[in-house]
Amino acid sequence: MAFNYDKFLRVNKMPTLWCWGCGDGVILKATIRAIEKMGWDMNTEVCVVSGIGCSGRFSSYIDCNTVHTTHGRTIAYATGIKLANPKINVIVVAGDGDGLAIGGNHTIHGCRRNINLNFILINNFIYGLTNSQISPTTPQGMWCVSAQNGNIDPTFNVANLAIGAGASFVARESMIDPKKLEKVLVKGFEHKGFSFIEVLSNCHINLGRKNKMANAMENLNWIDSITVPKKKWDELPPEEQMNKLATGVLREVEQPEYTDMYEEVIKAAQGKRGKITQDDFVKKI
Amino acid sequence: MAREEISTGNELCSMAAIDAGARFFSGYPITPSSEVMHVASDLLPEVGGKFIQMEDEIAGICAALGASMTGVKSYTATSGPGISLKAEQIGLGFIAEIPLVIVNVMRGGPSTGLPTRVSQADIGQAQYPTHGDFASITLCAGSLTECYTQTVRAFNLAEKYMTPVFILLDETIGHMHGKALIPDLAEVEASIVNRATFDGAPADYKPYDVPMNKPAVLNPMFKGYKYHITGLHHGHEGFPTEDAVQCEFNIERLVGKINTVAKENDGLDDLPDYEEYLLDDAEVCIIAYGSIGLGAYEAVNKLREQGIKAGMFRPILLWPSPAKRIAEIGAKFKDKIFITELNMGQYSKEIERIIKRDDFTTLLKANGRPIAPSEMVAKVKEMM
Repeated sequence: MAFNYDKFLRVNKMPTLWCWGCGDGVILKATIRAIEKMGWDMNTEVCVVSGIGCSGRFSSYIDCNTVHTTHGRTIAYATGIKLANPKINVIVVAGDGDGLAIGGNHTIHGCRRNINLNFILINNFIYGLTNSQISPTTPQGMWCVSAQNGNIDPTFNVANLAIGAGASFVARESMIDPKKLEKVLVKGFEHKGFSFIEVLSNCHINLGRKNKMANAMENLNWIDSITVPKKKWDELPPEEQMNKLATGVLREVEQPEYTDMYEEVIKAAQGKRGKITQDDFVKKI
Repeated sequence: MAREEISTGNELCSMAAIDAGARFFSGYPITPSSEVMHVASDLLPEVGGKFIQMEDEIAGICAALGASMTGVKSYTATSGPGISLKAEQIGLGFIAEIPLVIVNVMRGGPSTGLPTRVSQADIGQAQYPTHGDFASITLCAGSLTECYTQTVRAFNLAEKYMTPVFILLDETIGHMHGKALIPDLAEVEASIVNRATFDGAPADYKPYDVPMNKPAVLNPMFKGYKYHITGLHHGHEGFPTEDAVQCEFNIERLVGKINTVAKENDGLDDLPDYEEYLLDDAEVCIIAYGSIGLGAYEAVNKLREQGIKAGMFRPILLWPSPAKRIAEIGAKFKDKIFITELNMGQYSKEIERIIKRDDFTTLLKANGRPIAPSEMVAKVKEMM
């Protein structure tokens, strides 16, 4: 039987505002299927938070309590929502401009705190909504409206940042294989701690059109050409690794989760335990 | 009935927040407001509330707004530079109608300015803290007691009008240490205002479908009432719209629910919007607020000892200002009005706007130092 998306969607908001062939719709559907797998009650157990950009529309399409915040601040708002309501499953959606440029600081510190947020970073390598300005992931040498002579700004490995900052679950997948994406989303949702899920997506309109991949398929083929499963990536020589992004689960460890730790703060404040000391932590520095 | 607390203004402010029902604080350290945060870190978990020190000023307000969106009373505290950084989020609070108490313990500006010294130069910033049209509610504490009572009031106004509310302290009041008489907890609890909720069928719930000059009705989240919150202009259900009629209505309602209501009802609640000290028989009116008001009591007493019948008008609700009373004072005292404040005349401009004259005398200071009663006395004597 076909999957019933209507149960999870604000159907009167359909069709989406996204361009024809945009990957965001595939990611929305995969997210919904992952929510369904988790068995979360949309009335009482889920919050979707988004920011500004094409991905910002995500929150208005999913039928639960949803928050469309300001540019870059998704994780900061979501941190308040989650800390105030630790039992709620919070899904945060941001784009590469939103989550890595203007909101980079919050991304770092969300990872560091290991607060149980499910952060879906849709990386389409461009500011799509505002007509093709360079983002922190736009490859060097591509043409964008804010790099009229070609982009010289270096990129960085987004997932490595998340690992370095302490996210306990880090994965990367593209939207080319929605089943795979759904699986990795479920893994991230199941994980207790900050789940950083980078999803590579296409923007053939505002990245592709100006960089010789003007239709969705060409853009997706390019994404396919730069991705390789983690196991294979590990075996590549460094000069090849540099130009490939590893996909799959890149890090999955158990670390103390922030709202759990805060429960200990409450106990300490209420005299139900002693003050929190270094002895409470395995990692001391 | 009252209790005695020996404490500082900043600490009393945070104690009041928790007594008023706040269960969430997020912020970022900044002089001279940090003690508000310190007390929150200590007392909130005791009552099962949540405290978090965020990575920057922006995140400091975002998390508090996020918590408040879900239905938990929240506050943040900062000083002028922090308000500048929080500006965009304050705007989301205005347009999405999220209650939040924002404590600003004022220091010298602009920019990093005079971090450890007193100022009242964020009065204008509190009136227009962000881009776009909206109306701000701003209270200003003029004593240790008011650091407590006006903070409680700020929470109640935030919930009643569904909006961010500023409580302004200045560095002097914030760091002043002394005895404060504050109301008993039972009295505070009896005064608590909680945001209105919709109890009908979830399918009929439209959070922003409210008449002109009424606040939105935002139910607590995760209880079956699913809705959308956005910083974009939105229709009755909270979803983005660019409909011209709707957008016009939104802005008129955002401004009107505070400014029009305050004008029609002569204030926003039943509490005093100003204090008058020996003003009835006075021949000269000193206008001062915040810590400068404390010096003005003494100036009034000294002037009276010297045969000049002085009185004081001290606004507590700065925005929207108690315009009706200010107009009466303008008419009564003519050019015998003396305004003293720790900025280059930000509230004097409001007085001028209301009384439509600028024949008053001012004593303004923006060098991080307080204004001594003797300076006020000397200036008033020059006027007489």
